[in-house]
Amino acid sequence: MGEEKKILEVKNLKKYFPVKTGVFRKTTGYVKAVDDVSFYIREGETLGLVGESGCGKSTTGAVILRLLDATDGEVIFGGKDILALNRREMREIRKEMQIIFQDPYASLNPRMTVEEIVGEPLVIHKMVSSKKEKKEKVVELLENVGLTADQMSRFPHEFSGGQRQRIGIARALAVGPKLIIADEPVSALDVSIQAQVINLLQELQEEFGLTYLFIAHDLSVVKHISNRVAVMYLGKIVEITGKYDLYDNPLHPYTRSLLSAIPLPEPGKKKERIILEGDVPSPVDPPAGCHFHPRCPMAKDICREKTPVLKEYTPGHFASCHLLDQ
Amino acid sequence: MEWQEIVYKLLKNKISLIGLVIIIVLGLIAIFAPWIAPPQNPDQPYYIPRAGWGNEPKPPSREHIFGTAEGQYDIFYGIIWGSRTAFIIGFTVVGISSLIGIILGTISAYYGGWIDEIIMRVTDIFMSIPFTIAAIVMTTILGRGLGNIMIALITFNWMSTARLMRSQVLSIKNEEFVQAARALGANDFRIIFKHIIVNTIFPVLIQASMNMGSIVITASTLSFLGIGTPEGYADWGQMISYARNWILGTQGNALKYWFTVLIPGTAITLFCLSWNLIGDAFRDILDPKMQS
Ligand SMILES: Nc1ncnc2c1ncn2[C@@H]1O[C@H](COP(=O)(O)OP(=O)(O)OP(=O)(O)O)[C@@H](O)[C@H]1O
Ligand SMILES: [Mg+2]
Repeated sequence: MGEEKKILEVKNLKKYFPVKTGVFRKTTGYVKAVDDVSFYIREGETLGLVGESGCGKSTTGAVILRLLDATDGEVIFGGKDILALNRREMREIRKEMQIIFQDPYASLNPRMTVEEIVGEPLVIHKMVSSKKEKKEKVVELLENVGLTADQMSRFPHEFSGGQRQRIGIARALAVGPKLIIADEPVSALDVSIQAQVINLLQELQEEFGLTYLFIAHDLSVVKHISNRVAVMYLGKIVEITGKYDLYDNPLHPYTRSLLSAIPLPEPGKKKERIILEGDVPSPVDPPAGCHFHPRCPMAKDICREKTPVLKEYTPGHFASCHLLDQ
Repeated sequence: MEWQEIVYKLLKNKISLIGLVIIIVLGLIAIFAPWIAPPQNPDQPYYIPRAGWGNEPKPPSREHIFGTAEGQYDIFYGIIWGSRTAFIIGFTVVGISSLIGIILGTISAYYGGWIDEIIMRVTDIFMSIPFTIAAIVMTTILGRGLGNIMIALITFNWMSTARLMRSQVLSIKNEEFVQAARALGANDFRIIFKHIIVNTIFPVLIQASMNMGSIVITASTLSFLGIGTPEGYADWGQMISYARNWILGTQGNALKYWFTVLIPGTAITLFCLSWNLIGDAFRDILDPKMQS
């Protein structure tokens, strides 16, 4: 697996939002939403990115797509640092990298028909030369995601959440991307519909050879679709490894607590539930040392003083925790 | 909500229907003015013909069905052609100042930063000047005439639209569908026109509709004060100013000259009222909190 091509490599990525207070809007601190994050995704695989609300998952995705400007770091895609590209060069990259959003109600323009929504990327990148060709392409895209041609002239409000999410997927597919960042694509959907959309994403992955960065806030959703999983806590990645490794042999105490929250398939079997104390601390003034130490059941002195770094413990299995070194 | 649906609801709502009917009737009067009240001098149709040189207004008669005002100006002719003046002032001033407000408010909110700062400070400065006084001062400087009134009104009428548009755009510019368009590679122009303006424009239209009435009233005020349209110009405000000396009638007959005030007054009131009715109905239809 190691020799396979990396399609995306994120190096020391940082995104700090200034916190402004007072009448004169002076910058008094920074929300370190993404704080020195590094990871890579291999071509054709799915990397799950998991963490509690507010830990910086969406921001990571938005910075990779340059929907937000990075504070520092590199995003290598197709051999180039795309953070250094100009507008025109970036426009070309947008054909290869797309996003699916969490909220199927907010992610579609309410005043556009399905045809206009799905056809917009074709128009932007001049991928069709006539109205007829555009229409044909839109029909094809809709059929790819399980919708039909006769739904084309309708508006988003006439569809259910699951159908809307399919429209969003068709829009992302329109440009023929290689990498899709799926930002909690099923979190807003009914449980019964979640599985359908996940299955659709998997079918599309096979059919078009897609690579996914799949963002989720709990490990149970990611388990099904990912090859590898990265766990994020307060702007940092605390553990990253192959899916089975993560579920069978979690190294970081935070990962273990997340895993203990997943209900077991066999009802008879009991497992110890690790309940975390307190809430996620504010990312404005994150705790010194290891960001996780105030909630960590095993925190030692060193955890309060030194920030741990991500290290490889077994091949391909990275974690950042002082306790692993002792 | 779609256009067809909004129009349908506007027509179903009785109040807005009344407003709409009045506006349409006034609009037809304005369009067909040359047939309803043929001008004596086709080169200057906006100047009201005079039926003599006497001072005292004359009550409605066969030749002058609404009577004549001070200076023997024919009230009927003034009302008919005055409707054109009202629409011209309303549409021009509200149209251009709304356009300025929409552009400035959108740019301000969309680009933010120092651009926003500059535009909003300028807006604040303009807003701190009382509207009517500013319009009076400016028309006094520019001189009488329809064009000058409109310039003065436009200059001091774009700010509330700019503010409204700015807050609208701010509330929507980070919506996921705008992000999606950005991720697809849409340029600013496309994002602003296809995604942002179409989703923020309705409150601005409501405001514009409400604004039609007040602009025409301010224009009339200027004419009433003698700094608006030129002497003898078909303009409802001007016609009320001709009534100024006759409002009290004569001893023992206080209402003797009722027609000089009542007729142009009714015209202005109907015009303003119906735009407000339409604006109100528009707001009720579009405000989801009002729908139960
Ligand atoms: N535009 C912004 N300005 C200031 N702070 C922001 C901005 N966007 C996000 N943040 C902050 O950055 C942190 C990370 O936010 P982000 O949306 O990336 O979290 P997330 O992991 O996607 O959470 P969720 O599961 O709720 O979607 C949060 O503390 C958030 O308040
Ligand atoms: Mg998020």
